[in-house]
Amino acid sequence: MTLLNPYFGKFGGMYVPQILMPALYQLEKNFVDAKKDSNFQKSFFNYLKNYAGRPTPLTLCNNLTNGTKTRIYLKREDLLHGGAHKTNQVLGQAMLAVKMKKKEIIAETGAGQHGVAAAIASALFNLKCKIYMGYKDIKRQSPNVFRMKLMGAEVVSVESGSGTLKDACNEALRDWSRNYQKSHYMIGTAAGPHPYPTIVKEFQKMIGEEAKKQILEQENRLPDAIIACVGGGSNAIGIFSDFIDEDVNLIGVEPAGQGIETGKHGAPLNHGRTGIYFGMKSHLMQSQEGQIEKSWSISAGLDFPSVGPEHSWLNSIHRAKYVSITDIEALEAFQILSKKEGIIPALESSHALAYALKLMYLDPKKEQVFIVNLSGRGDKDIFTVREILKKTEKKHESL
Amino acid sequence: MSRYKKMFQKLSFLKEGCFVPFVVIGDPSLEMSLKIIETLIENGADALELGIPFSDPLADGPIIQKASLRALYKKNTFLQCFELIENIRNKYLHLPIGILLYANLVYNYGIKNFYYQCFRSGLDSVLIADIPIEEYEPFYKIANQYNINSIFICPPDADDSLLSKISLYAKGYIYLLSRPGVTGIEKKTISLSNIFIEKIKKYNSLPLLQGFGIENPTQIQKSILSGTNGVICGSAIIDIIEKNLNKEKKMINEIKNFTSKLKKATKFVQS
Repeated sequence: MTLLNPYFGKFGGMYVPQILMPALYQLEKNFVDAKKDSNFQKSFFNYLKNYAGRPTPLTLCNNLTNGTKTRIYLKREDLLHGGAHKTNQVLGQAMLAVKMKKKEIIAETGAGQHGVAAAIASALFNLKCKIYMGYKDIKRQSPNVFRMKLMGAEVVSVESGSGTLKDACNEALRDWSRNYQKSHYMIGTAAGPHPYPTIVKEFQKMIGEEAKKQILEQENRLPDAIIACVGGGSNAIGIFSDFIDEDVNLIGVEPAGQGIETGKHGAPLNHGRTGIYFGMKSHLMQSQEGQIEKSWSISAGLDFPSVGPEHSWLNSIHRAKYVSITDIEALEAFQILSKKEGIIPALESSHALAYALKLMYLDPKKEQVFIVNLSGRGDKDIFTVREILKKTEKKHESL
Repeated sequence: MSRYKKMFQKLSFLKEGCFVPFVVIGDPSLEMSLKIIETLIENGADALELGIPFSDPLADGPIIQKASLRALYKKNTFLQCFELIENIRNKYLHLPIGILLYANLVYNYGIKNFYYQCFRSGLDSVLIADIPIEEYEPFYKIANQYNINSIFICPPDADDSLLSKISLYAKGYIYLLSRPGVTGIEKKTISLSNIFIEKIKKYNSLPLLQGFGIENPTQIQKSILSGTNGVICGSAIIDIIEKNLNKEKKMINEIKNFTSKLKKATKFVQS
């Protein structure tokens, strides 16, 4: 029996081979204990403040919105140690691993942001760290691979399947089912079997709590909308969490990749069906026959064919709205923010920003306040972007 | 009496262990798959465990994963897999046949439609690799309506509460895991302790089949000596398929020899 509800409506659950159930129960019990343990909580917040650098600022973008009546604030998770919101929850999970007396961390990563975070937390807590990463992602995120290795993590290249995050997830689960007695599987997003979606949300909810306090200080009111990108959905659920019961629009932005009509996207909430995969019942990109389909996004961090179960639930009860942004639109937002505000956003976060800009251009005279969760910084993406821009320039020259 | 029950009774009378081979339907093609399965049956398989190919088989190691991908590459449909099963059923009326697959395939097809299809094709059992007993209820109810045995996996570190749950739900046989991890051949020798097996037997009287890592006669004899009723062998057979993809005759010949050798190992008389 679980201590907490494993479901969000009909989504969630624990769909794993039987062998992993004791490890999930152990994790849930330790998580429930940790929530009640004031020493654990104090220590966690101490790491967040004095190691990771919380609270992160809420920045108003004046140049970006010039000539309109929209005010866009960025929740600056890019300024967190490690360069993304991922650091928050890995600190919590590493502390749980220590509490469970596990010696090793297994993790998987797409963009490398969670891999870097897992390597950071493992180094800090003296845990051995093994990170699974698709061979394609290793190529497109080489600076992050180097960072992980510098911090002592072993990066395992996954050659099977499509060689991206989906396959890295499978490999990590396989490793865990062999080594659960000594290893903790540090899932990087609010997805996977219970209790992961609940744990990750708990360890990311400070994003929303801080943002709420900060916007009330700066605007004296709540925003009209919170906008965040959604791959697995951890930064989005983190910033949504404290606004779910408020009168605020919650908007999740999925990657439309090369365009929904091309099939090369990563938007299971709008263009997938409910299914069972990666330990959970949630929305899923799948074929007519129920085989899991490959996803696509310019941003490796959003390149995942499923989504955390709480997002599927928020979508089903129409509490949050999920939209999609193409690679090209995200790239434009990436360049605009860099140029206008001197902030290079992660390609993931650029999707959220692109949607905010879209809303702003749609009705420039409307007075509205948005908070965009700038979930990570874009240093890791500059090479990808440079390559694409080079190709586009060549195309223009030849015209 | 169910086909499993009859088969286990017969083997117990003959003082033999049970040998169950596992292959993935459609690997390397539907046509070859049928030939392979017939070879397995003709050379001593007491029952069959057949895999329905899935894109992300996370309870399986690289050998079975590649087999699934080879099968999927041929774009055979879900229903074509069932046609093959029906084909075998019509030819071998008394042979227990089970399938192993992943939850999304069942869910996508509709749980009720799925079990109806199993019933129509003459299947005896279904094992869903990524559904633990805790999430089994919706599947179990309908499986029972169609008289399909639900097979449960018993890990080597199962505690009393899990053993008692398995004894309540399991039908046909219990799939005993040799070790933690995923399917595949590992160098470490595998044997389950007699004490653990006796403990399981206290909870129920269903036959026990040991799976994961079975590849040679010694392991089979050890398994039966420890108190199991037999073994399931998958990756070692699929390894033969993989190594002989373009040598059909050699592949069938090797499978034939391997199957006879492993079946023979189940025939030693227990003292």
